[in-house]
Order: sequence, then structure tokens, then C-alpha cells
Amino acid sequence: MRKKFTTRDILEDADFKSLSSQKNTISVILTILELSIYFGFIALIAFNKPFLASKLSGAITIGIPIAVGTIILSWILTGIYIRWANSRYDTLVKKVKEKLGA
Amino acid sequence: MHETAQTIIGQFNPVAVMFFCIFVASTFILTYWAAKRTRTTKDFYAAGKSITGFQNGLALAGDYMSAASFLGIAGLVSTKGYDGLIYSVGWLVGWPIIMFLISEPLRNLGKYTFADVVAYRLNQRPIRAAAAAGSLVVVVTYLIAQMVGAGTLIRLMFGLPYEIAVVIVGTLMISYVLFGGMIATTWVQIIKAVLLLSGATILVFMTLYHFGFSYGELFRQAQDLYGAKFLEPGGLVTSPLDAFSLGLALMFGTAGLPHILMRFYTVPDAKEARKSVFYATGFIGYFYILTVTIGFGAAVIVGQKLIMSIDKGGNMAGPLLAEALGGNLFLGFLAAVAFATILAVVAGLTIAGASAFSHDLFVGVIRRGMTAEKEEVKVAKIATVGLGVTAILLGILFKGQNVAFLVGLTFAIAASANFPALLMSIMWKRFTTLGAVTSIYTGLTVATVLLILSPTVWVDIIHKQEKVAVEKEIKAIEEPLKARIEALEQQKVGADASLVTQIDAVIASEKQAAESLINEAKAKIPKPIFPLNNPGIYSMAAAFLTGIFFSLVRRDEEAEAKFEEEKLRTFIGIRAE
Repeated sequence: MRKKFTTRDILEDADFKSLSSQKNTISVILTILELSIYFGFIALIAFNKPFLASKLSGAITIGIPIAVGTIILSWILTGIYIRWANSRYDTLVKKVKEKLGA
Repeated sequence: MHETAQTIIGQFNPVAVMFFCIFVASTFILTYWAAKRTRTTKDFYAAGKSITGFQNGLALAGDYMSAASFLGIAGLVSTKGYDGLIYSVGWLVGWPIIMFLISEPLRNLGKYTFADVVAYRLNQRPIRAAAAAGSLVVVVTYLIAQMVGAGTLIRLMFGLPYEIAVVIVGTLMISYVLFGGMIATTWVQIIKAVLLLSGATILVFMTLYHFGFSYGELFRQAQDLYGAKFLEPGGLVTSPLDAFSLGLALMFGTAGLPHILMRFYTVPDAKEARKSVFYATGFIGYFYILTVTIGFGAAVIVGQKLIMSIDKGGNMAGPLLAEALGGNLFLGFLAAVAFATILAVVAGLTIAGASAFSHDLFVGVIRRGMTAEKEEVKVAKIATVGLGVTAILLGILFKGQNVAFLVGLTFAIAASANFPALLMSIMWKRFTTLGAVTSIYTGLTVATVLLILSPTVWVDIIHKQEKVAVEKEIKAIEEPLKARIEALEQQKVGADASLVTQIDAVIASEKQAAESLINEAKAKIPKPIFPLNNPGIYSMAAAFLTGIFFSLVRRDEEAEAKFEEEKLRTFIGIRAE
């Protein structure tokens, strides 16, 4: 029988601490990135319409790929989170759960 | 390019009805199958927690993409050009936020509703009452907006009377939820998402085929027809503060919609919850990118004149484009898809409202958590019928009303009443019951009151008569002036130079006199008491500050102690239900 850990032990456990702080850090960083991307786009509309109106090629304005790019970038950010969570995070979770015997 | 000057939209459309009947028949078979599997509360609220991440991603997309986004955004792009894109982007950006901050803790800490999470380490009854109030207000306002939209759209696309359309939508949504619970709701949403995504993809493919697969050509023709301004940001966003406020409400409102949050309980664990957001964001983002092509394509191929003659808001741009490119058959298919779109959203709203009523209000507040499972399911079913009938009646009552503001209100309330309390309960150790309750009610009240005092409601709806009267007054000044000036201009023909100068002076003075009269009239338009159309920035700030203030005023040591244990569940899902 593996030794069972209590809730307190786990909360003090180095792996658990690293897991929760890593998760908080990456969540906050990605949230800030997403906010900057979207509100950057809104700021361009509010304060720099001429830039968005400048022509990229032919009739296409630069604003069109920027709008579409905001959508695609947002999705890529969720992809980055998934990659991190599926590899690093889940491994740590598994490790801590094993210690708990859960 | 305008060879299709006619349309059958607005007439009875047998092809659309046929496609629709096929859809309804298959959803009924589905509901029958789901009904046999729906016994416990876990089945009814959360589809037995057996939906996979991929399935839930599709269902979330089906739950979220309303007819407003399918028909409305394409319409907005076709009539307003680039400004419509601002909305396409705004409707998507809440999803990454859901993933980074909400999805996994929500799944790990809660059981059936987001109130489970907020109430987790706090005082159950007041929290559940407040959270249920926030949920129900969001659900009911959004349901009214959907019902009125449904009645109008179905009247246009199927040629059915408004009231009958509302009753059909209401009856179908009640049947799905009542008999098939979350299992049927989920599969209706999945089918709808697949239909909508494939329908839009075909439409975009046909549009691009029309332009030889060249976006350069599409935008060149759009510019030729409507000028360079059509491809630039224009008048929709005038005040930066209003734009930021709208952005905040769209972004964080998405993360506070009860029918979206509820879907995270249908998957077995946090890993699947996280995956479902990734798929949902991909599907929804892809769809909003398609609406850009559909909108500009409709403006060029169908033409704004025809689009706006059918529906001033441009809502028929997508269906008209389908008719122009794929004939009656494709139009009928898309009309049925639009119907399915509405049904999937209202079914999701109904089950979320019913759960807030049964799980939070009835079990949590009235019965203090002590209820037999059978009774809880029964109450949820009664609530489903009650909510459905209410939605039908309100839909008929609001016929012909301008309900666009209700969507704004829904998102503002979700962002202000639901999101701050949910986020603080997950993230902040010192958050207390008093803080949560005051935060929810403050967000709810401030968002509602400010929206009532805003230009959209205070001026355009409450003081509509005064505004219309002033507009008439201005017209009464402008029209005779125009005629008078034209007459004077004609006198100038063949007159000598000194007479021309005299006439010009008369024209100038008359113009000036009219202008001062017009300004006088304009001053009579009622002023909004609150200047912004989107209260989000203030109502969210108020909700957060109230929650923080009242949590700091009095410590809740018990809740703080529980926060430590909660961490195990938040991060690794120990003992998650």
C-alpha cells in the first residue's frame, strides 16, 4: 500500500504548488494577450481609422485581414493553451493524483 | 450584376417547408431516443456527463451562434460594409477568455449550474437566489429577442404568419427540453451546427466561384458599387468609450451566459471541457469569417437595394445570396437551417432557465438542498413548460417592437451580474457571501438602469413619439425650402449678373433662417440621461468594485479556509462531480 497523503500535504507539495502557479501564470498571460489583441483592434477603429482604410492590394483595405486575423489569432491562443495543458499540466496533475492515491 | 431583381422571399416556400419538416422529423426521433435515456437529474441537466469534447464543441457552437449572428452579421456587412466586421470579431473574442479563466474550474467545482461554483464555499441560499436572478433575467431577455427575431424571419422565409411562427418555435423547444432534456438539446445543437457550418461553407464556395476564387475581384466590385468607404471603418463606432464598452460586454458577456456555462457540465472532466472550448472557438471563428464573404458577396451579387427592400436591417442578405446563386432549392435549405439555428439556441436557453429555477431556486433556496431526485426533475420540467409558454406570450406581445437593444442588455447583464461573481469566486480567496450577493445585484441593476437611460432606449424607444415628431417638423421645414430654392435657381437662368447676386443673397438668407429653425427643432429631441449605448464599462466596474468592497468590509474566515481545499478541486479535479 502506498502511503496516503492528506489535503494539507498535497497543498504543501512542491508538484502541486508548481502546477497551480504555472496554471495561474499561463492563464493570466494568455488572457492579457487576448485582451491586447482585441482591444488593440478596437483602439485602431476608435483612433486610427485611416490606417485600417489604407489599401493593401487593389480594393482590399488592410483592415480586412486585421479583422480576420484577430479571429484567427484568438483561436491560435486557445490552441497554445491546449498544447500546454495536454502536455505539461496533465502530466503534473497525474503525478499529484498518484501521490494522493486518487 | 443585378439580373436577379426578383425574389420569392416573403412568399410561402414549399421547398423550405419540406427541408424543415425533415429536420423536425429527425429531431423528434432523436428526442424520443433521448427521452428513454433521461431519468436522473444528471441526465436531464447534463446529458449524463457523457458528451465528448468534440461533440460539446459543436454543441457550444450550436448553442451560441444565433440567427442574429447568421443572418444579422451577414446583413450588417452587406449594408454597412466594414463596420459589420467589428461585430464578427466581437462575438468571438469571449471564447478564449472562457478557456483561460473559466472552463476548467467551472467544470471541476460545479455540478449543473454556474451558481454551484459561486456558492461552493459561501452561504448557499442567498448566493443561489442572486445567481438564479442573474441567470433568469439573461435567459428571459435573450429569449424575447430570439422569439421576436424568429417570428419575423420565419414570416419572411416561409411566408407563415408571425404568431404561428412564434408558437411553432415555442412548442418545438418545449418538446425537446421537456422530453429529451440536455441529451436532446445537445444533439439538436450539434445537428444545427453541422447544418449551419456546411450551409455557410457551400454559400461561400459558390460566392467565390462567382468571382473566379479571387477576393481581389470581390472587393474591387464592392468598391466600384459602393465606393472606397464601404471597405473602411465608418460611422458605426463614433465614440471610443462606447466602442470599448461594447467590446467589454461582448467579450465578458459571452463568459457569463448561463446557457453556455451550463454546457461545460455535459462533459466528463476538465480536460474535455477545455477541449470543447478549443473546438467551439474554431467552429465559431470559422463561421464568422465566412459571414464576411457572405456579406460582401450579397452586397455585390444581390445588391443593397433589393436586400433593404425586403428587410431594412439587411437580415435577408444571406438567404437572398443563396437564392441568387443556388436557386429556390438552396434558398429553401438555408431557410430551414435558419429555423434550426433559432431552435437550437432557444432550447439551450430554456434548459438553462429551467435549471436556474429548479436546481438553484427550488432545491437550493426553497428546499435548502434537500430534494428527492425525482421531484427535482419534475420541477425542472414544470419550469420548462412555464418558461416556454412565457416566451411564446412575450414573443407575441413584443411583435413589431424594436428588440435589438435586448441583445445588448443580455450581454451587459451577463458581463456584469454573472461574470464578476463567478471569476472572483474562483480566483479570490477573500471573496465573501456579502461580496458575491451585492456584486450580482449591483451588476444587474446598474446594467439595466443605464441601458434604459441610454440613447437606444431612452430616446429611440421611450421618447420615440417626440423624436418622430421632431423629425417630421424638420422635414416640414426642409421640403418647402428645397422647392423654394429650386424655384429661385430657375429664376437665375437668363437673368443678369446683379439679379443673380440678389437671388443668391435671398437663397443664403432663407437657408440660414431654415437652419436656425431646424436647430431649434433638434434641441427638442429628448436627450439621453446616460450618454453611451453600451453600459458595460460602468456596470462591470460597479459589480467588481462592490464585490471587492463588501468582501473586504467583513472577513469570512470559514470561506477562506475552504478556499485552500477548493484548490485541489479547482486544479486537479479531486472529488469533482
